[in-house]
Amino acid sequence: MSVVTIQRKVLEKNDEVASVNRRYFAERKMFVINMVSSPGSGKTSILECTLEHLKSGLNIAVIEGDVQTDLDAQRVAKFGVPVAQIVTNGGCHLEAKLVNDALSSLQLSGTQLLVIENVGNLVCPANYDLGEAMKVVVASTTEGDDKPLKYPGMFHKASVLLVNKIDLVPYVNCSPDRLKKNALQINPTLKIFETSCTTKQGIPEWCDWLKSEVVKQLRA
Amino acid sequence: MHELSVAESVVEIIQQYVPRTDLNRVRCVRMKIGEFGGVVTDSLTFCFQAITAQTDLSKASLEIEHIPFAVRCQECGQESRPEFGTVVCEHCGALRTTVISGNELQVVDINLDDSLAEAT
Ligand SMILES: Nc1nc2c(ncn2[C@@H]2O[C@H](COP(=O)(O)OP(=O)(O)OP(=O)(O)O)[C@@H](O)[C@H]2O)c(=O)[nH]1
Ligand SMILES: [Mg+2]
Ligand SMILES: [Zn+2]
Repeated sequence: MSVVTIQRKVLEKNDEVASVNRRYFAERKMFVINMVSSPGSGKTSILECTLEHLKSGLNIAVIEGDVQTDLDAQRVAKFGVPVAQIVTNGGCHLEAKLVNDALSSLQLSGTQLLVIENVGNLVCPANYDLGEAMKVVVASTTEGDDKPLKYPGMFHKASVLLVNKIDLVPYVNCSPDRLKKNALQINPTLKIFETSCTTKQGIPEWCDWLKSEVVKQLRA
Repeated sequence: MHELSVAESVVEIIQQYVPRTDLNRVRCVRMKIGEFGGVVTDSLTFCFQAITAQTDLSKASLEIEHIPFAVRCQECGQESRPEFGTVVCEHCGALRTTVISGNELQVVDINLDDSLAEAT
């Protein structure tokens, strides 16, 4: 047997394209977030609330990733912001290359905030850097408070946790405090907001914080 | 199920390092996978076999070394292997720790069957 020594990261190619994307964003002073969660935790709903709250003050664009359909993109398009839909055709996560392709189809002049909604999946998207400034993980109260323990990879890589559907706490067996404690055990630096897209609780706080991060990027 | 796209990336890496005429000599492909890496190894092995069957790589197989999740404490400096799902130092209970292993997803080397080298 002869041996070819390699020592290479398997996803190096994705990481390289992610660096290209990151440079593209930096040159345009664009703040980019990658929203991840299980299916149905409320990524699109939070995005809708965020657009409603920030649209008048910020120049926002959206990339929607879904396995099939452009339903989420249609929801977002109602807000009159540029939106590109990536259909992965069965793929369970977005890759940097797909985002790179989508950038060319978007009208991004003057965009200050780009939101990428990833495919609903708490495992796979954790491994694929898209070039974003930060990952925002959404965990909803209806999923239970043990999610961070079961899917630590995603919570470890995220910078922000949105505990969504907080309005449903009285009806479900989920303690937001336990959820937050579990998440902080895997990532003590997580910034956490409790949100509800129905009562809008926590939405202004989240939006104000997000806006301050965008402004930081503009001044950088 | 991103194991399929991981398997495809592994095949791409093999093709990059091994000349096309030598692909049928590839036997064992050694990998390191961290327990925190989010890859199910059985599923990866299955996907790799499925996409290499009936190709020049049909005799290739993955040999996977599992790397445990480990952290170093920023308070007491000691290393520990916390329970899955936490980064808490086992020695002093501190939360301020740095992950030192467990995120690996790497191809280490490729072993080629030399008995076929002359024939091709
Ligand atoms: N009660 C309540 N329902 C919510 C809240 N946020 C979202 N929902 C509902 O949860 C369902 C799923 O919300 P989406 O925003 O589509 O979730 P998603 O994460 O974008 O879903 P995928 O893109 O399919 O992964 C919808 O019926 C929403 O109306 C909330 O804060 N409270
Ligand atoms: Mg959605
Ligand atoms: Zn310690």
